[in-house]
Amino acid sequence: MQSKEISLSAMPKRRSYKNWGKQIVNHWQLYLLLLPPLIYLIIFKYIPMFGLQIAFKDYSPNLGIWNSPWVGMKNLVRFLNNYQFWRLLKNTLTVSVYSLICSTLTAILLAICLNCIRSKARKKLVQTVTYLPHFISVVVIVGMMNQIFNPLMGTYGVIYKHLFGTEAPNIMGDPDAFYHVYVWSGIWQNVGWNSIIYIAALSAVDTELYDAARVDGASRVRMVWMIDLPTILPTIVVLLILNSGHIMSVGYEKTLLMQNSFNIQKSEMIPTYVYKQGLQNNGDYSYATAVGMFDSVINFILIVCVNKIANKLGDNSLW
Amino acid sequence: MVRSEKKIFKNAKHKKKMNDAFEDRVFYTVINLMLVFAVIIIGIPLIYVVAASFSSPNAVISGKVLLWPVEFNLEGYKAVFQHKLIVRSYLNSLFYMVVGTFINVVLTLCAAYPLSRKDLPGGKGIMLLFTFTMIFTGGLIPTYLLVSNLHMLDTVWAIIIPNAISVYNMIVVCTFIKSNIPRELMEAAQVDGCGDFKFFTKFVIPLSKPVIAVITLYYAISYWNMYFHALIYLRNENLYPLQIVLKDILVSNKISANMVYDSELAAAKEGLSELLKYSLIIVSVVPVLIIYPFVQKYFVQGVMIGSIKG
Repeated sequence: MQSKEISLSAMPKRRSYKNWGKQIVNHWQLYLLLLPPLIYLIIFKYIPMFGLQIAFKDYSPNLGIWNSPWVGMKNLVRFLNNYQFWRLLKNTLTVSVYSLICSTLTAILLAICLNCIRSKARKKLVQTVTYLPHFISVVVIVGMMNQIFNPLMGTYGVIYKHLFGTEAPNIMGDPDAFYHVYVWSGIWQNVGWNSIIYIAALSAVDTELYDAARVDGASRVRMVWMIDLPTILPTIVVLLILNSGHIMSVGYEKTLLMQNSFNIQKSEMIPTYVYKQGLQNNGDYSYATAVGMFDSVINFILIVCVNKIANKLGDNSLW
Repeated sequence: MVRSEKKIFKNAKHKKKMNDAFEDRVFYTVINLMLVFAVIIIGIPLIYVVAASFSSPNAVISGKVLLWPVEFNLEGYKAVFQHKLIVRSYLNSLFYMVVGTFINVVLTLCAAYPLSRKDLPGGKGIMLLFTFTMIFTGGLIPTYLLVSNLHMLDTVWAIIIPNAISVYNMIVVCTFIKSNIPRELMEAAQVDGCGDFKFFTKFVIPLSKPVIAVITLYYAISYWNMYFHALIYLRNENLYPLQIVLKDILVSNKISANMVYDSELAAAKEGLSELLKYSLIIVSVVPVLIIYPFVQKYFVQGVMIGSIKG
């Protein structure tokens, strides 16, 4: 079956069929190497895609995926009519767009700053410190936030009390602070890491360009605008397109950890809702799958649209 | 007259240069200040946690610790190592990390080498099968149902197998092989009667050492830090990885008094359980911190290789 699949996908126009069969036989060792990863891919990535059909069925574990009765769009309609729908959508979009914009801007800023300083040692120090939090798990990050922002014992609470004399408000439990805490803690963790790619793009700038600009009397600020930013613009566009593919799947791992009964109004998002509906409370598999599918379809549309727009504006696009 | 005009011109130019120098100096000052700010903001919480973990329970709950341990002691660490669940989950995590990373690296290499060969019939189509899963997936519930139907729930395999390849890492390796292993080498080897297997083990793997280091580290860290899969697939406490225990203690605050080693006073208990959190954070990031300085360079390289493709 495998060789049939291959023969369909890569029929060379000029080569004769016989020649072609020989090619496959000649490469049997390579196909054998590919076999285990391919089996893995089909079982764990493609079979779940067929499992998506339960979004349109009334799944019951006894009947299994294939034999459960079809119910059409019922599950999806149920979600769209749910009183939580708009709130979930708003939370999801706000957090991810806010996070996307701010993390991109801060990463660019850091990269440009790092690119400007000439002392190698200082650069190395800044990079070491700013990359480090990226490797710490979200569980530990949220745990640290809980400790530090603790109004009674945490550093934040103690300093607040020193300055204002009253007990600090509980940031982690404040629904209005949730978006900001989520986004800025993410930036705290990843700004260094996100800047790497821009630093790489900036290091490709020909130093003669700077010298020429200096001769023309350009200040360093001007060089940032006229040389640095245009250099990394294509990178920015490509990364924005790539990241728009994750807009609907905001870091649910971190959100789940940051959720508590106080901030749930603002912190419940579509992916966490899917998890709770499907696996936590009552195990409503069909409904949760429908919601998850809604999420990934929107995502798919978004990435295609953003790519189209980028295509129209310039020649930066993924495909 | 001409001369004076020239002089004026020269003066103006000089003045502009002075201005620029001033502007530049301001610019560099601002840049340096921003970087100092970044280092402080990112560094201080990290230092604070380290300092707190070496302080006394009392100092921790009264918020006396800032950047340096207050009343230095190791009570917190003692509590961590006497906590049975922590020790067991720590060992579990090490196991998942080593075995999982090994399987992932092997599978990734097996996929990356054939797909890096331009002369492989159907290679492009298969690559498309891989990359498509980066944009579209079955999602949480169907994957969960699959794992459950395969009877892998509550087994070690539920943690390791469903994440056996990251397509992103596969592409990184593929790009590396394409640009670093010359075609001529393969052709020469083929003339000498070297088959694809032999070429793979004798040439491709040794020549790809840097990129193998990169993906090994990526995988190792992602196994070490993973909690969500364990959260959905595991019920058995004995199989819990460290992150789940961390979540219970740090985030859900599920720390019962009998877990912490016995001390008489409730207040002391509370202090100790707070202190334990800090020590636990440090103990849990130690593996990452140990490898971090050695591999920083490689991590950065990994991003670069990936970005060529992306």
